[in-house]
Amino acid sequence: MFTNVLLPFLNILILVSLLLYFIPPSIISRYLGANSGVIGFSIAALVGSVTLIPGFVSYPIAAGLIQQGASYAIVATFMTTLMMVGVVTLPLEIKYFGRVVAILRNALNFVAAVIIGLVVGLILGQLL
Amino acid sequence: MKKFFKKHRNYVWVAAYVILTILSFILGFNPGKAVFTNFTQSFIEMITFVPFLFIIVGLFDVWVPKERIQKHIGQESGVKGIVLVVLLAMLQAGPLYGAFPVAYLLYRKGASIRNIFIYLGAFSSMKIPMLGIEIGYLGIEFSLARTLVSLPLFIGIGYLMEWYLKNRHFEVRDGSQ
Repeated sequence: MFTNVLLPFLNILILVSLLLYFIPPSIISRYLGANSGVIGFSIAALVGSVTLIPGFVSYPIAAGLIQQGASYAIVATFMTTLMMVGVVTLPLEIKYFGRVVAILRNALNFVAAVIIGLVVGLILGQLL
Repeated sequence: MKKFFKKHRNYVWVAAYVILTILSFILGFNPGKAVFTNFTQSFIEMITFVPFLFIIVGLFDVWVPKERIQKHIGQESGVKGIVLVVLLAMLQAGPLYGAFPVAYLLYRKGASIRNIFIYLGAFSSMKIPMLGIEIGYLGIEFSLARTLVSLPLFIGIGYLMEWYLKNRHFEVRDGSQ
């Protein structure tokens, strides 16, 4: 079973690493930093949704963002979309759940992630 | 020729990638090297967690009979079922795509649609190993706020998916084709 899924997984990883080359962490940090406001929030949500960054790489980025003065709402949105929404992994997800369901799951999770980001920002006292 | 490509489509990308990477290193093509660094990071994540996930899935498949699963996380399982799938997801680790095969197994064993999607939600955002790393980097307040806000939302998504898919012949497929 594992060898059957290994190949599709490897293909996704190749796609992910190509994408990350075009959207490197340094660029992410630049656009999501302090006072990036609504634009930063939107970029966080979009970049988080499209890319897939492994946890042990994304958490240091997030911690760096907070240190730079990025808002909690932006960081929470970025982390949540990274975790819950996967546009690059969509082809793989479609194989399991079918096109409609995979897209629907991602869309619902995107909405949820935006709500989560805003509410977490509100709770921690730093909306945008 | 076309048939050959179709049959080995999955291999073609991996093979092309391997060749291009080797070429990048020989020719000193920096973007190629950078892509390879990204690849190793994702690959390490996959190779450390996903095989473990498959061992658990395998054992689960052999040891736990369908009736048991159906009873505990099936159609009639209610709140207890939700608690169980969330706990199951929290005990695991790895990237979200690693959870798709588990979702397939849960489906085959009779888990309800609602619980399959709640499982995916919990897997994506509440895995204990990941929470540990998150608390280390972003602090307990952040993690607590994020998890407590996420929980009701992905449970809601589970109910929404169930409501939408109830009479639509939804099935989870093997995914390896």
